[in-house]
Amino acid sequence: MALSQSWRRTLESLCLSFGAILAGILLFGVFCALAGTNPFAVYGSIWKAAFGTWSTFQNTLVRAAPLMLSALCTALPARLGLVIIGNEGALVVGGLAAVSMGLAMGTAFPPFIVQVGMAIAGMIMGGIWIGAAGWLRHYRGVNETISSLLLNYVAIALLNHLVGGPLRDPSSLNKPSTFPLAEVNMLGSIPGTRVHWGLLYGLIACIIAYFLMQRTTFGFAARTAGGNIRAAKIAGLPVGKLTVMICFLAGTCAGLAGMVEVAAVQGAANESLNVGYGYGGILVAFAARHNPLAAVLISLLVGGILASGGILQRAHGLPDATVLIFQGLVFLMVLYSDSLYGKFGVFKEKPIMIEPPAPPPPSPGQEPVMTV
Amino acid sequence: MSRKRILNVSRRQVIRGILATSAFGLTAKLGTACSPAGSGGTDAAAEGGASGGEPLTIGFIYVGPKDDYGYNQAHAEGAAGTASKFSWVKLVEEANVPETTAVAESMRSMIDIDGAKAIFPTSFGYFDPHILKLAEEYPDVQFFHAGGLYQEGKTPKNVGSYFGYIDEAQYIAGIVAALTSKSGKLGFVAAKPIPQVLRNVNSYTLGARSVRPDATTQVLFTGNWAEPIKEAEATNSMVDQGIDVVTCHVDSPKVVMETAEKRGIFCTGYHANQAALAPKGYLTGAEWDWTNIYSKIAEEIYAGKSLQAGTIDHILRGGLSDGFCKVSDYGPAVSAEAKAAADEAKAKLMDGSLVIYSGEVKDNKGGTVVSASEKLEQKDPKLEQMDYLVDGVLGSVGG
Repeated sequence: MALSQSWRRTLESLCLSFGAILAGILLFGVFCALAGTNPFAVYGSIWKAAFGTWSTFQNTLVRAAPLMLSALCTALPARLGLVIIGNEGALVVGGLAAVSMGLAMGTAFPPFIVQVGMAIAGMIMGGIWIGAAGWLRHYRGVNETISSLLLNYVAIALLNHLVGGPLRDPSSLNKPSTFPLAEVNMLGSIPGTRVHWGLLYGLIACIIAYFLMQRTTFGFAARTAGGNIRAAKIAGLPVGKLTVMICFLAGTCAGLAGMVEVAAVQGAANESLNVGYGYGGILVAFAARHNPLAAVLISLLVGGILASGGILQRAHGLPDATVLIFQGLVFLMVLYSDSLYGKFGVFKEKPIMIEPPAPPPPSPGQEPVMTV
Repeated sequence: MSRKRILNVSRRQVIRGILATSAFGLTAKLGTACSPAGSGGTDAAAEGGASGGEPLTIGFIYVGPKDDYGYNQAHAEGAAGTASKFSWVKLVEEANVPETTAVAESMRSMIDIDGAKAIFPTSFGYFDPHILKLAEEYPDVQFFHAGGLYQEGKTPKNVGSYFGYIDEAQYIAGIVAALTSKSGKLGFVAAKPIPQVLRNVNSYTLGARSVRPDATTQVLFTGNWAEPIKEAEATNSMVDQGIDVVTCHVDSPKVVMETAEKRGIFCTGYHANQAALAPKGYLTGAEWDWTNIYSKIAEEIYAGKSLQAGTIDHILRGGLSDGFCKVSDYGPAVSAEAKAAADEAKAKLMDGSLVIYSGEVKDNKGGTVVSASEKLEQKDPKLEQMDYLVDGVLGSVGG
């Protein structure tokens, strides 16, 4: 019974999510037709640019990589009922901390140790950043959405200040940056690809997050607290600690994304750290309904959409905002589909159902005959 | 019970249906995808194999929108101008590309999918590390970067750098501004205190003070390239202080120009021509003339010259006389006297008899930055490291 139920639920989520994406794509086709281009040619181009060949699929992966880690920053606290949107700030301070650590350690240590050091620095800093929002929420009653949003601005101001002042490399004349990390300390690409290691970190983090939330007592406690905070308190759960812990973990993910961005892509911290990966992550988390595994798929989808943005401009002469419209339509449909759960009878459990005792999957034509 | 059976059957049918539909959809999609892909591939191959007589594909990448009335528009107009001049230029463009892996991917697609032979990534931040990495990977493609630092022996051979001394045009604008202003107080909304920006502020002020020694320029840094709200606030506060001509160095001067017009003061433009935004108050402006530069580079590439062979200079720099920049047509509020003074200075800058940074120049803290015997020509590396504001500028580099 339980098995069948979860199976139906999974089918419902899958159908609704993919249906929503399809509907978004169809609507986008209508938009393209209105803009005077052939929607089928546009679909063809999108496919070609995002998933068509291994080379273009790598483009999608490159763009998806930072989104996975960043999405967890919103997805984890959401299970506790918190809406955290401080991804950008945690990412920025994570990147700053990673660069500082990388520069401080220099070449005195083997590269691997330096990389680990940078990752830990980035994660701790990002964790503290979001953990602070969680602490303020639980112990001081500050709305976590507002505080994490405002912390973004603090982080960006901090970045601008440090990069323009104390940490500035005097030779970075027209684009103020920190001193560059030593070449040996840079994270390379995954062998055989041009995708940096951030993709793998993101995947691993999403899987760990999934198991943490769904398969451990810690995750169960967090979800309970998210479901009903008073019940959780009465049950004796340390809600305050849980809040801070989950927020800290969420922040570490975004901080790690920042570390990857500086150590694998930019090589130094500068204003390019703050280009909206955090905000992209919020969208991904919401579209994935805060499920870490779904976040992986949605990241790939968004990565694909972003990757196809170029070809829409180059091959079809559509304006550069087209890709945002595409993204917006898809997300709108995905969010709208949320309201359709339970509206379709096909996915509904029958109130009375007698399961066959042994649940081996019946082969076609050998349906177990049900008795009333 | 019977419902359950029906449901069971229909579930299976639903799955079969979904599978069939998706299989059909997939093949249909692949079908549509294949035709443009195939034709695109052959185009690229044809272009790649030919050295002359065939179309030349050039890629342009902009960090913001192509119609920002500013930095990006100036480059986009240059690209469009070049494409309309030569029928053999095939232009591929991408706008709003951030300075991350996104730009590397855009360049890669332009090369791999569109067969671009030369790429102009126009934002400063694209250079390190993105262009440097891609240039090593694609040694046959030429990368021309606006403002980057080419270092002989260190930068890959197929990377070139071009930029203009637009501060010459700012100098002229400063003259017009000072002679039009009633109060002698000028305003400058700037993005960041970096050398490129400081040089414009200083040249503008030196131009103004060359005709009106008591003129001052109030400078305000917004901290970032695109901060429309802060730019509007800065302009408004300047008007409230009694400043009656403003200019700016931000990515999109639109907000500054419109605010100035609304408040009934004068403005001088930057990057592109903004006369349409401020029909009454627009005096003149410092504009890029990228059509000129891009056409020259495109012709050279088409003629078989290349950065790799050294037949195109790795560092292209120039000012008014080389056609890198120009001065906007004077607006209705500019007096005949101002026009004459501006035209005279322009002629002197063009023939080289006027050097903007010739001593003695003092900074606004009283120190001497260019000694009386010094004459810093435009190409002087000292000017590329400018970290001061000249006497007459109100404000400080620190913020």
